[in-house]
Amino acid sequence: MSVKISVKGSVVTAYLSGELDHHSAREMREAIDGAIELNMPELLVLDFSGIGFMDSSGIGLVMGRFRNLQKSGAQMHITGTSPQITKVMKLAGIERLAKMDIGGFKVEKH
Amino acid sequence: MKNINKFTMTVESYSSNEYFARAAVAAFITQLDPTLEELSDIKTAVSEAVTNCIVHAYKEKIGKIYISVELLDGGIVKIKIRDKGCGIENVEQAMQPLFTTVGGERAGLGFAVMESFSDLVKVKSSVGKGTTVTLTKRLELRVKGNA
Repeated sequence: MSVKISVKGSVVTAYLSGELDHHSAREMREAIDGAIELNMPELLVLDFSGIGFMDSSGIGLVMGRFRNLQKSGAQMHITGTSPQITKVMKLAGIERLAKMDIGGFKVEKH
Repeated sequence: MKNINKFTMTVESYSSNEYFARAAVAAFITQLDPTLEELSDIKTAVSEAVTNCIVHAYKEKIGKIYISVELLDGGIVKIKIRDKGCGIENVEQAMQPLFTTVGGERAGLGFAVMESFSDLVKVKSSVGKGTTVTLTKRLELRVKGNA
């Protein structure tokens, strides 16, 4: 399994691992959406520290979850991105999106 | 420009081959002793081009993806990713950031990523015949000759 979910109060954290591409994105998307539906979090943390590679499919994954969370006003944090992932994220302007705390791309504790 | 080495392969357009294609290209290029960043740049650009073949060119079927990697003088790497799929009607439009024909969770950033992660991206396409994407990247390295 490429996604491990942890729930603490109103915070759902998804620990992603492996390589995130078009092939693997579907499985990750289903796991994360399942956890969101079940727990209705106020904050979703996507932890990328186990992801060794990501292409633009990862952007689709992040944007899709962001849109879903917006419906309930929930927020999203992105942590643990490698330089390669940070480069892809910045290309899409992810760090400029409201309520997405990836400023400096530092790993945050929740 | 002198060709130092060349590698060609053909893979079926199964999405499980996305990983294999970028890993194989990266493995071939390691003989030029690239930096980790250069290697991950190339993997990212290749992944986008191969994914385009799978998602767009061969949308409803499985077809062949032809990949060649040429190592040229001066640390220049030229990667061609060719398909015999549906082709692109308007290449200029397809290359616009955020443009996508499939919607869903595709961000429409494939070509933008290729352009950002390589030095030059050339796209030749013919509707009904297929598309060739050529990615060129110059590595900052000492070419050690043909090992």
